[in-house]
Amino acid sequence: MADAQEFLKDFPLLHTEMNGRPIAYLDNGATTQKPEQVIKAICGYYGGCNANPHRGAYALSVEATEIYENARKRTAAFIGAKRPEEIIFTKNATEALNLIAYSYGLTNLKQGDEIVITIAEHHSNLVPWQHVAHATGAALKYIYLEQDGNLSDEDIETKITERTKLVACTQVSNVLGLKNDVKKIAAKAHSVGAVCVVDGSQSVAHQKVDVRDIDAGHKMLSPMGIGVLYGKYDLLDAMPPFLMGGDMIEYVEEQQTTFAELPAKFEAGTQNVGGAAGLTAAIDYLTGIGFDRIEAIEKDLVDYALPQLRELPFIELYGCDTKRDNKTGIIAFNVKDVHPHDVATILDSTGVAVRAGHHCAQPLHKYLGLNASCRASFYLYNTREDVDRWIAALKKVREVLGYGA
Amino acid sequence: MGLEDIYTELVSEHSRNPEHRHALPGATCSLKGHNPSCGDEITLQLKVKDGVVEDAAFTGVGCAISQASTDMMVDLIRGKRTEEARALAQKFIGMIKGEITDEAELEDLDEALSLQGVSHMPARVKCAVLAWHTLDEALKEQGK
Ligand SMILES: Cc1ncc(COP(=O)(O)O)c(C=O)c1O
Ligand SMILES: [Zn+2]
Repeated sequence: MADAQEFLKDFPLLHTEMNGRPIAYLDNGATTQKPEQVIKAICGYYGGCNANPHRGAYALSVEATEIYENARKRTAAFIGAKRPEEIIFTKNATEALNLIAYSYGLTNLKQGDEIVITIAEHHSNLVPWQHVAHATGAALKYIYLEQDGNLSDEDIETKITERTKLVACTQVSNVLGLKNDVKKIAAKAHSVGAVCVVDGSQSVAHQKVDVRDIDAGHKMLSPMGIGVLYGKYDLLDAMPPFLMGGDMIEYVEEQQTTFAELPAKFEAGTQNVGGAAGLTAAIDYLTGIGFDRIEAIEKDLVDYALPQLRELPFIELYGCDTKRDNKTGIIAFNVKDVHPHDVATILDSTGVAVRAGHHCAQPLHKYLGLNASCRASFYLYNTREDVDRWIAALKKVREVLGYGA
Repeated sequence: MGLEDIYTELVSEHSRNPEHRHALPGATCSLKGHNPSCGDEITLQLKVKDGVVEDAAFTGVGCAISQASTDMMVDLIRGKRTEEARALAQKFIGMIKGEITDEAELEDLDEALSLQGVSHMPARVKCAVLAWHTLDEALKEQGK
């Protein structure tokens, strides 16, 4: 597709070689590559404006503060938040989810309450809730899946009850690549008076998201080490601070402290301004292209790959038979008799990068009866040629391990 | 590093048909090993009597490298004295870490020598050493 080729030129790493071969980078679910524009923004920040924001009354620090706060405004607009103060920068999605678990969860939940999450969650949106359940005595309940990998509608209806105080759900499963109807789940949660936490790690970079909750920047072209928590102002305002220290205070006395207003209350210590500069550049880049085109590129690649994969008798696919129109650019698979890590090593030898393992979703794999899986995940710079190379390499896998085709 | 240096004939043969992957009746000790990065899991079972590993076997799931490595190890340690088996484990781990490269010194690893290529593959080192670490732990326990 012409579009993808057009974007490829912006990504320097994709023009380098790995083990002497050009890279077919198919692990965008883990992190995306960074365009020149983002790399320049980060270098520009460190090369020209680096100072500690919010602290010094000198020009450089003021400039750093501006860059940082501008990133907040741009992020708010990007995801449709009403006010910039509803955007809290974190180090990643994991920290954002922990912030909610520690600050909201530990304070507001108690014995007799219930937390409802889905079996398809990433450990980052699962382990913190286990912790809250253990610490508060609340019960942790799971929404399981239909045959086709989608969340069970029946479970959504029956598990979220008057006892439910918090519902946490990913917008797109990082293994099965299926979009969840988070609007419906949030509506159900709100109808029983529960708060709803949405993990946007796998969605924000790929589709237009109108906020409910969370995102990690490095999966949307921006540098690692910057993530975003969106929360409704009143909810965030009522929550106690998570990390304490510099920058998040108002007055500190020997025995007492009063805390700063939002968003500073949740941003303790020196923040990642370089990351914020990169995030702004990433938002500019994505906005310039538009999600219609990004979704079209990913859909083209999935539609191109799936029929070819189905032709291969030794390939097992997961989450690829959805009855709804909700497949994203993530394809989970296994090669018969071959462990995913061996598949990844063999693909790697031809320059094709896929993920292998449990993808931080062990409960999901157990539920699906799998030990592990492989995952290819596309983004806007991937091409049909990448898919061709992936499939050609797959055809070699069983042979390397001495199995007949 | 070519694929054929890692997935050697021996490695793929042992991984496809692991002779020693079964439960061991009458085992005197059983220890689990786990490699979270890959999801490899083995349970090593040993029958130790009078300081000798009389028999050994394993159960579990994992990648070709972990399974082949375990199978080769069991082949090697059956009938060996526990100190000898531990010394072999140390030697194998040394080889995979790239600390021991001398062919003559490595000779008594026998078939397991065919895994030497993994020492150039940081991503797969844990797969290769899993069984040997588990063995070392198990025998340390026995020695107590
Ligand atoms: C659905 C989902 N949630 C959370 C995360 C965690 O993101 P991070 O590692 O940036 O905290 C990931 C990343 O793999 C993810 O895919
Ligand atoms: Zn392994």
